[in-house]
Order: sequence, then structure tokens, then C-alpha cells
Amino acid sequence: MRLRAFLAAPAVLAALLVGGAMAADSPRLVGPTPFTEVPRAPPLPAEIADDVRRMRNYPEQPPVIPHSIRDYQIDLNFNRCLSCHSRKYTEQSQAPMVSISHYLDREGNMLGSLAPRRYVCTACHVQQTNAPPLVENDFRDLEAMTSPPGGGR
Amino acid sequence: MTLSRRDYLKAQAAAAAAAAANISLPAGAAPIQGVGDAQVKWSKAPCRFCGTGCGVMVGVKDNHVVATHGDMQHETNRGINCVKGYFLSKIMYGADRLTTPMMRMRDGKYHKNGEFQPVSWDQAFDEMARQWKKTLREKGPTAVGMFGSGQWTIFEGYAGSKLMRGGFRSNNLDPNARHCMASAAVTFIRTFGMDEPMGCYDDMEHADIFVLWGSNMAEMHPVLWTRVTDRRLSNPNSKIFVLSTFEHRSSDLADVSLVFKPGTDLAILNYIANHIVQTGAAKREFIDKHFNVRRANTDIGYGLRPDHTLEQRAQHANDAQVSHPSNWDEYVAFLKTYTLDYTAELTGVPPERLEALAKAYADPKTKVMSFWTMGFNQHVRGVWANHLVYNLHFLTGKISEPGNSPFSLTGQPSACGTAREVGTFAHRLPADMQVTNAEHRKAAEKIWKLPEGLLPDKVGFHAVQQDRMLKDGKLNCYWIQVNNNLQTAPNTAQETYPGYRNSANFVVVSDAYPTITAMAADVILPAAMWVEKEGAYGNAERRTHFWHQLVDAPGQARSDLWQLMEFSKRFTTDEVWPAEILDKNPAYKGKTLFDVLFANGEVNKFPVTDVEQGYENAESKAFGFYVQKGLFEEYAAFGRGHGHDLAPFDMYHQTRGLQWPVVNGAQTKWRYREGLDPYVKTGSGLNFYGNPDGKANLIFAPYEPPAESPDQEYDLWLVTGRVLEHWHSGSMTMRVPELYRAFPGAVVFMHPDDAKDRNLRRGSEVRIVSQRGEIRSRVEVRGRNRMPRGVVFVPFFDASQPINKVTLDATDPISKQTDFKKCAVKVLPSQVAQAGEGRQ
Repeated sequence: MRLRAFLAAPAVLAALLVGGAMAADSPRLVGPTPFTEVPRAPPLPAEIADDVRRMRNYPEQPPVIPHSIRDYQIDLNFNRCLSCHSRKYTEQSQAPMVSISHYLDREGNMLGSLAPRRYVCTACHVQQTNAPPLVENDFRDLEAMTSPPGGGR
Repeated sequence: MTLSRRDYLKAQAAAAAAAAANISLPAGAAPIQGVGDAQVKWSKAPCRFCGTGCGVMVGVKDNHVVATHGDMQHETNRGINCVKGYFLSKIMYGADRLTTPMMRMRDGKYHKNGEFQPVSWDQAFDEMARQWKKTLREKGPTAVGMFGSGQWTIFEGYAGSKLMRGGFRSNNLDPNARHCMASAAVTFIRTFGMDEPMGCYDDMEHADIFVLWGSNMAEMHPVLWTRVTDRRLSNPNSKIFVLSTFEHRSSDLADVSLVFKPGTDLAILNYIANHIVQTGAAKREFIDKHFNVRRANTDIGYGLRPDHTLEQRAQHANDAQVSHPSNWDEYVAFLKTYTLDYTAELTGVPPERLEALAKAYADPKTKVMSFWTMGFNQHVRGVWANHLVYNLHFLTGKISEPGNSPFSLTGQPSACGTAREVGTFAHRLPADMQVTNAEHRKAAEKIWKLPEGLLPDKVGFHAVQQDRMLKDGKLNCYWIQVNNNLQTAPNTAQETYPGYRNSANFVVVSDAYPTITAMAADVILPAAMWVEKEGAYGNAERRTHFWHQLVDAPGQARSDLWQLMEFSKRFTTDEVWPAEILDKNPAYKGKTLFDVLFANGEVNKFPVTDVEQGYENAESKAFGFYVQKGLFEEYAAFGRGHGHDLAPFDMYHQTRGLQWPVVNGAQTKWRYREGLDPYVKTGSGLNFYGNPDGKANLIFAPYEPPAESPDQEYDLWLVTGRVLEHWHSGSMTMRVPELYRAFPGAVVFMHPDDAKDRNLRRGSEVRIVSQRGEIRSRVEVRGRNRMPRGVVFVPFFDASQPINKVTLDATDPISKQTDFKKCAVKVLPSQVAQAGEGRQ
């Protein structure tokens, strides 16, 4: 893996230099080539709202939001997210309950409901769009490393 | 069971990880090496991103980071990260990591207009040394420069400063932090004689009133916002005021939102002071005892090139920093202009909201915490704005005690630790010392064991000036580390890019990824990042925190520290120091810069075996001594006993950071207050000991207009900034699929009616044009930001929409920090827009 990345990088760089072949959308990583060009802006991407849960990369990753949150109110008066995800509404909403890690206050006390410091859901949970990633990411999943398919490397 | 201290720490880290994951570990299952399910090795590290400085637990398996989560034991965040922090595991693994040096080549050798080709480290360093020597010989030390960063580790910034000042004898060293918080840093020194906040994050659990002055904490300091949110929702007396030029996610939790016309915050600050004085809430006795009242020079220009009309016309463009002794009566008379009516009219804020804010400051029963970031600091009157907010806390006595706290937030993980404390600015040395002060230079020469008179005494080129001098061909050899200046500097099309591609110049960029800046350079050096090296950062509450190298860097990537030190071996003192200094100090003759800067008996005095067992350390292995420890202990000598005391090196690996001054092993949370700060003597109460008379400066200044305002043609204000999901120029976060897909490209946020007036709708492609340059973007009329009429916001993370082609290179004339928040643009339908545009 490491060897592959090492060998690939100069080639990738060369590819970028001859016209940004990698990011078909637009040169969002390396900028216009040459810099003085004014590239077109790609259309706004569509949001992913298929309600299909995505696997987390590791247990403590905040799950991404698989539905639209357009015009969701999260302010001093109301938190729209909680109207489905708080414990008492999950039966009717069938939404996942807010993790109990969110019941812990700063001192580590377990509260009876959501800790105030966890009130702003969107600080950690984000929706996704259909924009294709610009570049591959070589992050490795722990479970794939411990129990690789086919009995290991 | 006997545990060594190291094992104990490891067990603690695992327990914290388990607690955060809601797993309870049986006592015997604590992951002492090789026992039980200890397949993943957990270690602590600070987050790589903003100045908040959260603690992160990093899980490593097979030399690979496989997971991260918030550190339960870190005071700053107690188990929480923001979305960026939660995805730290992926920032090092973009498939386009740079793994070998690259140089522009033609016919087998370096050529300014050649194509990038992989080269060896020796080839790259040989060419660099050739260029540096030629330039030093022909033009002297003012023609070489370095642009560093608030993301440099403390060790890297310190090594960079030594190499530039002590080695090449040039003060042309500046950090990108100049763009970020120079106004705050300069004002701290002007006001208190010492840099950095007197309070700390704990103030948030004590304050009643939170006032955000040009700071969108909900997106830019999300974990600190969790602490404000916590306090606001648990304390019925708590209130949040948000001042901004548009409404954003922080406004969502505001009790009172104040949207003002760009630049007029200065008037609001003076109005509040006037209200405090007029209502008798000013604490006269306290003020007389602790403050000197001073009047600032006015009409100070805008930090543009000296031949610009605005500079020619300004009365005090050349002595902007000067202030004059004044008195209470003069101050009170000065404030009288700022009535409620005048201020409401000028700022566009409803009078009842202004009054509510003024009353919150004036009420003797409330504890007030003021926060500010880029809205204040990236301001052509940023230093004044900083002064004026301190003045409110001075007038009411709300300072240096839990909950009463004017608090400057920082944007980078070591803006404080490296840029400010180490002193990588063009005018600074470690521990708040200045290059223009002969005593300070002498102290530095002594600690660095360098000949007397070696260090240069003139202030070097600051960030914006470096770009101008590159363009003008006066700065010719330039090394950029850990920053992406072609994306983040102002007015890049006119002032930055021409300098990088000027045939008289040689530009080197060290980075982990091929950034827009790297692509415009002549040599690209592959950098190790974050936990691929041992490091130290200092956050915004004076907390110094360390981490170990946890994984190896890919390919031939090396840390900036290694790069700086290894490069120093290619120079001898005879090549770069004046003959008269060497004649007077013959012992230094014929030595390499590495010998005199790093193998000086101090930096190299700790053996590699001092590195904590179980952790690699690439730099120490390469040089044969514990590099980080030696650099840190030498550096710490600057501040110990002078109010900047740092703890012994090893202590930082054992704790989740300590807040300086650390005296007798104890950190200091609040400064200048008896009983809380060991430097304040019994019986003195409050003592601003950074100034010789123990008093702080209350400096007053008026509202003055921005450098550029909308007119008939360029009819909109442009504000630039960041978004939650991306950090700065996006070079790390754009490579994390989840963060990228959450906010893939920049957009222009505008008021729906401003869009309608231009026949635009959501998703329309537009040109954003200023007198300096243009980009294309897409219109956004909803979402997280609510723009008032006449103001548009464009984030700068997207390299394909480099909005800084459009911005103006006006700076605060005192701090030299750019104003990225105020220039005039027009927004036009894109000429090449075609049918089918808009949403996919």
C-alpha cells in the first residue's frame, strides 16, 4: 500500500500538471492551471437524502445524516433534530436514538437527557451531497485489517 | 501489579478511550502492551486544525492511524470533537500525498519554466543551497525570506527562526498567522506589554454574558461553542449577543443578533463605552489605579503600497502606531460623539439592540466574556477594534477573573505556541522580545550561543510585504512551509502569483499535498504531517501540548524540522556571516550553520534514548540526539523567570497540556490577579506586570471608514471566510471524502432579493468581479448564512474558486494584517452560463 502510494504520487502530480485530469469537475485541489485562468463553477451538487444509513469508518465517527435537513431549526426555541432522535420520540419516528455518549456532561456525569453541550447537532453530523470525491483516500478500516477477507495478506 | 509511569499513562489513555466509547474495561484488561484486546495502540495528540486545541485520542495499528476520537481527559474538549476533528484519521491518507521532492527541470537541470520532475533530497537541497548562496552573495540577507505558519510545531518554528535570524541574518521571516491574528497579538503588547489572553476557556463556565464580535464560533470554533451552548442552556441568566455583518449559525443561538454595516463595529464599541460612562457605570477609582489613558494617532491609512492615493492622502500613514498620553476628561469628551442615535444610524443596528448590549456590559452584576476572531483581526482598524473591546472591560472592571474575560480566539493550532511565543514574526524573538531592541537581541545571542552583534536589528518583511517584494524582485529566495499562501493571501492575481513566477525568484514549498501554492513553486518538498512526527502546539488559552510520532511518514516525506536542520548543513559561517564578526570570534570560523545552531552543546545535549519507549522519532534518529527536547529546553530558557515559564519537556508528554506560566509545576489559568497568578505579589490585587508601571493602556480611537466601499459599479460588500467542514484552504479536509461531500465547492451566499435584482436564482453561475480580479461561483440564497442586502460571503477553501484573486491587499497599518472582510465587488451572470445549469 505504502509502496503503491509512493510510486503513484509523482505520476499523479504530473497528471495534474498537464491539465487537471483527476478532478473532472473542476480543479478544486490544485487550482486553475495556469493560475490566471478563471475556471467554470460546477453546478450545485444534489443532497443525498435516501435515508440509508452509512457504515461508520470507526465506532466513534459521528454518523452522517442520510436525509434532508433543509430549513431545520436548531435555535434557542427548538431543535428539530430532537423531534425524531430524542429518546422519547424514537418509537414513533423509528429514527436512531441520540447516542448515550451525548448524555454525559463535561464532568462525566450521566444526565437524564441530552447534555446541553451536545445541543448543536450540526457541529458533528453533516449531510452528504452526490459530489464524487476528488481523490482516493487510503484510510484503512480496522476490521478489514484484523480480519481481512480471504484470510489475510 | 506494578506500573511504570509510562504504563500508567498508557493505561489512562486507554481508559479514557474506553470511557469515551462507553466501554468499561475490567481493571486487568487495561492495555498494558501485548495484553488482551490491545491490538490498537491509543496515544494522545492535539487536533491538527484550529486554535481551540482539542485533545484527540489516536488509535494506531500496523503503522497506520485507524481511528480517532475526543480525549475525555483533555480540559479543552472533554471528549468532544467537531466534525473535522472526528475525521482526523483520514487527513494523512489522500492518495496524492507528496512522497518525493520535485523540481522544475529542463534538459536535466533546474529551470524556472521547466516541468516538475522527481528529484532526490540531495538534488533539491543542492539547488536550493546554490540559489541561497548566490542571492546572499549578490544581494545580502534582505533578499532571502521564509513564510512559516501557525501550524508549525513549536520545534519547527524555533528551528526556522534560528536558521533565518542566526544563520542567514535575515528577519524576513513571517508566519501565515500574520493574516490571522496579528492585530490581536500587536494589541496585547501595546495594551498589556505581554502577549496572549489573561483568562482561559474556563471563563465560559463562569460567565453570564457572551458577546461575539466578528466571530462565528458555531462553525469556526465548534467545540468552544459547545461550552458556550452548555452554559447558555443551563444558566437562566445567561445571554448570547452576536455581532456580525451577516447572520450565521452562531446567530441561531443568539438572544440578540446585531448585524452592522461593515467596519462600523468601531462605533458600536465607542457607543457602549459612552453608555457606560454616561450612566455612571464606569469604575473611576479602578481605572485611575490600573490604566494609563492614551489617544491613538488617527487618519492612519490602509497599509497599501506607499504610492497608493489612500496612503498619500493619510496624515499618519507612517506613524500609525503612535499614541499620546491623554486623560479621563479627554476620553469622556471624545466618546460624546457616539450617541445611541448616531451609532444606530451609522451601523444600521436597531437602537434597542445596541442599548441591550450596552446595558449587559454596564450591569455590575453580570460577568461578561467577549470573543473575537477574524471579524476584528482582519480589519483595517483591527488593532483599534482590539483596544476598544479591552476598554469596555477596563471601564467596568470585568477582567482577569473567572467569567470576566476579553478573549481573543485563534485560528491555527499553534498560532499562539509557535507564531507568537516562539516569535516567528518579522519583528519578534521568543518570549515577546523584539528584534529592534538591542537588549533583547543580546539576550537571544547569549541563549543561542552566537557572537554578539550577529542578529539583524531591522524588522523584516511582513506577509503582504513579502509578496510585494517578490513581485518587485527584491526578495529572491523564498521558502514556504505548512501553508497555502497563493490561496490565502490577498489580491493574489496582482500581488502574489507574479512574485512566485518572477524569473528573478526561486520559490520552495514544503507541503504534504500538491496545493495551489506548491504548483506555483520551483521546488516542492514532501512534508511529514501531524502524528508522523513528534510535535508541540500552543492553543489560544496558553496551553502547550505535545504529541509523539505515532506513524511513519510516507515515502521520502520528511518533517519541516528535519528539512530546516538538514538544509543548515549546506552552509558554513564563512559563506553567510560577515568577516568582521568571524574575525572577532574566530572559534566560529569554518563551522556549518548546523554546528553553530543545532550542535551547539544545548540543542544536542539529550540522547536519543530519552525518547519515550514505544515511540519512533525520525528526526532524532537522523541527527543522533533528541532534537525536540534539546530545542525545547533551549527555547524555554527565554521565558523562564520572565512570566513565560514553560514546564520541563517531559512533563508535557505526561499531561494533556499545561497553561503558561508554569511555576513550580503549577499552571496559571488567570493572569494579573493576586491569588491566581504567581507573578502578582501579595497585596497588589491586580497587576499588569507586562508594563514597567504595572498598568495597562486604555487607548482610544474613533470610527474610520474601510479602505474600499461599494460604489455604483462595484455595488456589493464582499466578505470571505471559512465553513465548518473545511479548515482554511482545504488542503487536508478536501481530501477526506465525508468532509468534501458535505461541502464540496465554494458558493456565493447572497440575499434572495440581491439575486433577484440581478436575474439570478439559487444555483446560477456568476462572476464575482473586483477591480483586481475575478472568479466564477454559484449562487446560494439559503442554507447556513443569512445575508443582509448588499453583502455577499464567499468561503476561501476551494482552490478552483480562489476568491483572493478578488480581495484587496489593504492591511491594518499597525499590525499589517490583511482585511479579508471588506472590499467592493459586482456579481454578474456568467457569460458562458448554459442551459441546464443549477442543481444536478
